Amino acid sequence: MSIFVDENTKVIVQGLTGSQGRFHGLRNRDYGTQVVAGVTPGKGGTDVDGVPVYDSVGDAVRATGADASFVVVPPKGASAAILEAAEAGVSFIVCITEGIPAQDEALFFNILRRDHPGVRLLGPNCPGVISPGKCNIGITSGDIALPGGPVGIVSRSGTLTYQALHELSQQKVGQTTCVGIGGDPVPGTSFIDCLAAFEEDSDTRAVMMIGEIGGSAEEEAAQFIKDNMSKPVVCYIAGVTAPPGRKMGHAGAIISGSQGTAQAKMAALAEAGATVALNPTEAGERMVEIVKALD
Amino acid sequence: MDLYEYQGKQYFARYGIPTSAGGVADTVDEAVAQADAAGYPVVVKAQVKVGGRGKAGGIKLANDADGVRTHAAAILGMDIHGHVVQRLWVEHASDIAREYYASFTLDRAAKLHLCMVSAKGGVEIEEVAATDPDAIAKLHIDPVDGLSVAAAAPLVAEAGLDDEARAPAAELLVALYRCYVEGDCDLAEINPLILTTDGRVHALDAKVTLDDNAAFRHPEWEEFAGTNTTDERELLAKEKGLNYIGLSGSVGIIANGAGLAMSTLDVVTQAGGSAANFLDIGGGANADVMAAALEVINTDEAVRSIFVNIFGGITRCDEVANGIVEALGRVDLRSPIVLRLDGTNAEAGHAILAPHISDRLVVDETMLGAARRAVALAGGDT
Repeated sequence: MSIFVDENTKVIVQGLTGSQGRFHGLRNRDYGTQVVAGVTPGKGGTDVDGVPVYDSVGDAVRATGADASFVVVPPKGASAAILEAAEAGVSFIVCITEGIPAQDEALFFNILRRDHPGVRLLGPNCPGVISPGKCNIGITSGDIALPGGPVGIVSRSGTLTYQALHELSQQKVGQTTCVGIGGDPVPGTSFIDCLAAFEEDSDTRAVMMIGEIGGSAEEEAAQFIKDNMSKPVVCYIAGVTAPPGRKMGHAGAIISGSQGTAQAKMAALAEAGATVALNPTEAGERMVEIVKALD
Repeated sequence: MDLYEYQGKQYFARYGIPTSAGGVADTVDEAVAQADAAGYPVVVKAQVKVGGRGKAGGIKLANDADGVRTHAAAILGMDIHGHVVQRLWVEHASDIAREYYASFTLDRAAKLHLCMVSAKGGVEIEEVAATDPDAIAKLHIDPVDGLSVAAAAPLVAEAGLDDEARAPAAELLVALYRCYVEGDCDLAEINPLILTTDGRVHALDAKVTLDDNAAFRHPEWEEFAGTNTTDERELLAKEKGLNYIGLSGSVGIIANGAGLAMSTLDVVTQAGGSAANFLDIGGGANADVMAAALEVINTDEAVRSIFVNIFGGITRCDEVANGIVEALGRVDLRSPIVLRLDGTNAEAGHAILAPHISDRLVVDETMLGAARRAVALAGGDT
């Protein structure tokens, strides 16, 4: 089993005709993902390396029965693209776009929450989701993932998501699904959404969670772990040595005063019963020990 | 991007939020001219992006031109918590009856906008939140619904604003919300928001943080461009469009993605070294970006080794490798590079680098291993 996506997921790529859309969309297809269509207004009727392109998401969904969308469009158009996918009946939307204004994110998140409660948005500004051997939507390099489980991964940082996959795959520990939720102010899918899904998923037997400084998402996740998780969780929080008061890249990575520091998050997670590692490699090692003990 | 008070007030004015008559001055003479125009008495205010300027002597009342001269001369050039005052805001002094607080920001946990109003203004709101949390009235706003005067009215009442202030304050909140949303602010805060003795409500201060991601739809932000830093490395990095923060160690850091960059700082520290900087070359970084990043780090004389930590996703390792090769030809690097390269097109990247491997360009397969080597090359704990 996997969460959010599997081998039956049919994916359209909004922005397939752009350079990023083409590169990553075709890579996802080559990985084995059912990439059934692309959408670019005005380019309907053409194709990208054999993948048919439609003018609208509605056209693409009617023609292919797609149930997921990979949004690879610039920040200006991302909001409209996400809402178009939801209105066309796509139930799972992955948006990797970096640099979307926070006001747009807050608006489309709340439109989805109100008018399309059955739609799950992953991102924006995230690496996407991969269920190794089944489906890869996003920009993760598929060859760093290892099929077969038993570990589920959820991460707020893009590159640290890859690092987490890599650490486990190197140790021959497979993954059920790896979800990068992104570091933007209003992520469509939260740590808690993923933790809850992994807790439900029978094949996932342990969860690795990668957080970072800023905000309170990790503290909220800690409370959820304490109250609801029966499966072991290994955590790493990036930014232990970040100087306070500086904004380090992500909108999410802001430290102000004592709130949102790595130390506070690590303490909350440890208190919730999670195993807290000091770097990604150590997190991988702790997980290997946990997985060995499962058998 | 944080705005200065005067920029914030000018931004507020675009959205019809009342402020005091005033103007900007960079010299004593300009300050007098602005004071003459605003009408005495005036307040002379240091423009620095740091709190506590009143206590530091950066805000003074002047009743006449001589007073303005004295205070402007004293405040210009003043060092307020490490920020040197280069500009003043001179405005007509208000007859203050009461001081309140109002702000809009995003509540990330609720994923809704949050309006906070308090009758206890003019003091640090964090302190009010800690000592008297009930004094802050809060309202979550769904961006789909927006904020109406009818919705703002109960909030100002709950906050305990004086009766005569409530109607104008509710209207001001609606204008401030519009500024926050349409003006793409991460934060729009007024402290103090004042009630004057003649019954008007207006902004006596302005704290505005703009969302850099929205710059594409705000050509008017050009005038706010500029930088808060005097760190030469940061200035050069900004010029090259890099996300760089100067630190004090000896291991230069280049990584892709904020999370990996922060994690790289963590492992360098754990390996017994200290980072000279934080540098995230971002997603999709190409050869030019990589070369520019190495050039910036090369200007830092404290750097003894450079740890390049790349995990390709949207960033392609072959392009990173090309960038390193290009930089080696373009820049006379003073320090050796320790490189760790994984992810998208990693094999192609390693193939490009193979002919260039030497004691000046070392490759290590793991992040921890590379960190240890970079720290060793930098001379250990420095």
